[in-house]
Amino acid sequence: MASPGSPARTGVWIGIAAITMSFAAYTSALVVRQGAAPDWRHFRLPPILYLNTTVLLVSSGTLEMGRRRIRREAAWGTGMPSQGVLWLSLTLGLGLLFIAGQVLAWRDLSAQGLFLATNPSSAFFYVLTALHALHLLGGVAALGYSMHRLHASAARTPSAALDAASLYWHFMGVLWLYLLAVLALRL
Amino acid sequence: MGKLFAVIVAVITIISTAIFISRVWWLPADVSVLGVGIDRQMSETMISAGVLFVLSQLVLAVFVWQYGETGDGRPIKIFPGGATPMVLIATILVGAEILVLTLVGTKIWAGIFLTAPDPKALQIDVQAEQFAYYFRYPGLDKTFGAVHPELIDDGNNNFFGLDPANDTTARDDIVSASLVVPVDKPVLLTLHAKDVGHAFYVPELRIQQDFVPGLVIPLHFTATQVVKKEIVCTQLCGLGHYNMRAYMEVMPENQFKRWMEDQAAQQ
Amino acid sequence: MHDTPAPLVADRRETSGHAAHPAHAPPEGFLRKYVFSLDHKVIGKQYLDLALIAVVTGMVLSWLMRFHLAFPTTSIPGLDKLAPNGASGGVMTPELYLSLMTMHGTIMVFFVLTTAPFAGFGNFVLPIQVGAEDMAFPRFNMMSFWVTFLAFLVLIAAFFVPEGPPLSGWTAYAPLSALGKDAGPGQGTGQTLWAVSIALFCIGQLLGALNFIATTLDLRTKGMTLSRMPFSTWAWFITSVMGLIAFSVLLPACVLLLLDRVAGTSFFIPGGLVVSDRLQPHSGGSPLLWQHLFWFFGHPEVYIAILPGFGIISHILPVFARKPLLGPRVLIACLIAIGFLSYTVWGHHMFLSGMNPLSATLFSVPTLIITIPATIVTLLWIGTLYGARIRFTSAALFCLGFISVFVTGGISGFFLAQPSIDTYLHGTYFVVGHFHFVMGVAAMFGIFAGVYFWFPKMYGRMMNETLGKVHFTLTLIGVYCTFMPMHYLGLAGNVRRYSAFTDDYMKGSLPLHRFITMAALFTGAVQLIFFYNLIWSRLRGAKAPDNPWQATSLEWSTSSPPPFDNFGGHHPVVSYGPNEYGVPGPAGDYVMQAPSTRPATT
Repeated sequence: MASPGSPARTGVWIGIAAITMSFAAYTSALVVRQGAAPDWRHFRLPPILYLNTTVLLVSSGTLEMGRRRIRREAAWGTGMPSQGVLWLSLTLGLGLLFIAGQVLAWRDLSAQGLFLATNPSSAFFYVLTALHALHLLGGVAALGYSMHRLHASAARTPSAALDAASLYWHFMGVLWLYLLAVLALRL
Repeated sequence: MGKLFAVIVAVITIISTAIFISRVWWLPADVSVLGVGIDRQMSETMISAGVLFVLSQLVLAVFVWQYGETGDGRPIKIFPGGATPMVLIATILVGAEILVLTLVGTKIWAGIFLTAPDPKALQIDVQAEQFAYYFRYPGLDKTFGAVHPELIDDGNNNFFGLDPANDTTARDDIVSASLVVPVDKPVLLTLHAKDVGHAFYVPELRIQQDFVPGLVIPLHFTATQVVKKEIVCTQLCGLGHYNMRAYMEVMPENQFKRWMEDQAAQQ
Repeated sequence: MHDTPAPLVADRRETSGHAAHPAHAPPEGFLRKYVFSLDHKVIGKQYLDLALIAVVTGMVLSWLMRFHLAFPTTSIPGLDKLAPNGASGGVMTPELYLSLMTMHGTIMVFFVLTTAPFAGFGNFVLPIQVGAEDMAFPRFNMMSFWVTFLAFLVLIAAFFVPEGPPLSGWTAYAPLSALGKDAGPGQGTGQTLWAVSIALFCIGQLLGALNFIATTLDLRTKGMTLSRMPFSTWAWFITSVMGLIAFSVLLPACVLLLLDRVAGTSFFIPGGLVVSDRLQPHSGGSPLLWQHLFWFFGHPEVYIAILPGFGIISHILPVFARKPLLGPRVLIACLIAIGFLSYTVWGHHMFLSGMNPLSATLFSVPTLIITIPATIVTLLWIGTLYGARIRFTSAALFCLGFISVFVTGGISGFFLAQPSIDTYLHGTYFVVGHFHFVMGVAAMFGIFAGVYFWFPKMYGRMMNETLGKVHFTLTLIGVYCTFMPMHYLGLAGNVRRYSAFTDDYMKGSLPLHRFITMAALFTGAVQLIFFYNLIWSRLRGAKAPDNPWQATSLEWSTSSPPPFDNFGGHHPVVSYGPNEYGVPGPAGDYVMQAPSTRPATT
């Protein structure tokens, strides 16, 4: 083969490019919309977002822990799973916890009377957080799939799928930090 | 087959060009100050584009005529000099053309859209809606009454949503279904839409401008001839789009004054 | 990985049952083979079949529109049955006209000009041309097609909702598209279906672009360096990068539009609008935001439709000119330049939209600059013909026709790129003539060239060349008669998107409109020859040899049609570029990129 790349990894990078582009579009829509009319209402972000942020960042750490364990276990050929898989499951759990936390943030906002159609600022809040959560669910599915692959493969070597899924997962963290910054600065 | 292709392309080129040159279908006569520059720009572009069109189609036809497979085993020939000189010449020629067109064109464009209107220009507020235009003159006080969308009531001829009961400036506003302007006087339109996007297009004035809901867009022109021409909508606005038209009447100054007085009396 | 010996490949096949990697076993069962197939060749054909259905639908719609324009009061038999609300007695209402126009534009731009040249031929040919067994992600590839198909069904469903299809044009300008049914018939459910359909289409094309890029980057066979990639693959690769960016922006635009329509938000709808005598419950939105988002996608989309055509022409022309393409590196540089510049010009659709007039000047400069690479590409094609020994097959003729119509359409762009002239021509038939030449007819000629060229590889049978030549000749005359006069109409100030020219307005243009209608109906009728040829050749065409055109690229090194894994377990090793024509070779005046992967049968 001319270039010995991993298609899975390349695929995730391409996906990252597309997702970045679409969130750039949402961001510029936000900036334009805020400037279009004087009806933008600022509000305080639900404090739980910062807790959620911590959860998501920690999940990136547990994911890396898991991968390191799996690589080591594969090298030693212990055969049995494995602390590595436990760490990955923890990552999945934290990802779902993050999404649950986001749901709490929406409930907090709606309790203040801020709904999707209340104001452009709240509309963008719901749209951006919901789309991020949707993309993260994709990450949960990808991680689950690569764990399944790990079980299926005899050698229990960390697969290209796990590599790719991890790259995507970390990107979800980075994307969230970006969105949090946009929301904190603009809303 | 190649020869047939060459003939078809040549014939199509000649006929199309002949029709362009004959001006059977051409711009209607210009009746505005700014139209002169646009017409000149159009003619210059037409000539250079026409030359380019005829030249490239004919070269294509000649090559196809000339270089069909004949089975005589003649060797192929490479284009003299290869790609590089061709690229350079194309870049320089097209680049120069672009530069000229942009420089000249920008001046004309600036004259229409980037130059402040004459401060003494006659101000007319234009509202576009599905599927009509309404034109509002400020009346004697030279001030437009404020518009209130919630007061719009077409049934009672309150197209703009004026509030004459509480707003004194609105009382003498004159609303007309056609655009009446004096000849040789600068006119400043302020365009706003009631519902969806529309456009203002008078081919004879050579100008076109969208109405964008939520925005008030200025547009100025000076008509140079006493004419009555159609204003048509060019922005898709719904089922009656094809029928959204109004008239622009250009009148001599004194006739315009009389018209204005008549209208004021009727309001 | 591709040079691994055979046993290992078999081994990998076993373990990669759900791998996102090629190396799939031959599919079994009708559903797996033909419907939910993972094979890029089947998916490519599915895309082409979808495009065929779509193009027939779109063409019939345009006939109805053209007929109505020429004979506004004449009844069309059966139309009242098809559209009871839109044509009582068979005479089209203005709203039905606009609905047909909207559906015509949407179907043609999305479901024909994007699917056929890019997703259709790209899917079938690209993996073979780079020497891969399949796309990088066959499952995503299958999803890409089925999501696109679903998008098509959702769009067509708009014909069957009570108020009919939307009437806001393929550009769906807000607030007309965002306000709901107050704004007119079809603006209710019909417009919602439109937005859902386009959002789905974006997802389908993003999955496709992902595959194209990863396959080109990672699955090239041994020796297939970037500089040895065929021009068509280059074009599909560049197009997929453009598509990735463009559809990533259109998707958010559609999401926001849908929210405005169904959730009561105000992204695109400003306050104080009174529609159908109702004050709308929205405030503060920006209609120009929609236009910016739409055209940021929309202009690159024009190139997404035409760049694969560039690639196909550049690939096919040397085959039939029997000489190498002039300036291959320049060509690729130009394609990349066009791809890049296409993201800087979207504002030229908005010169008169009420955006800052200064930005019109700024947008007009790259718009004019983009003509430089386009001119160079055209010159390279014409220069290639110099001193050639052209074989006038149907595919070759459509390439030559492509050059002619692309030049014509490109030159009328010179007018529209200048804001000061656009102020007169914007919104007239001049624009209609311009874009039908460049992205309609030229792109269609690219598709036709591709069909005549690759049909033997796809179906293992040759097409009838005589019918092909008749089809070409009549089509060339037909399209010029249809679209050239639109420029005259535009010069005379004839406004587009009007369902009829009533009263005095533009009465003088009616004879020309009638001529255009006749020409359009004629051109449409000529396509029956093509459909007949397509069906007849699939059933009765002469058996195709592996390399009927004496071409160099990899798809001609394998059998016609190729086996499920493209090269029958072998992996071609590439030693030459795709441009080796007019040189002494083992089989004639050309050298193939890789020798045939199976024992010679001739």
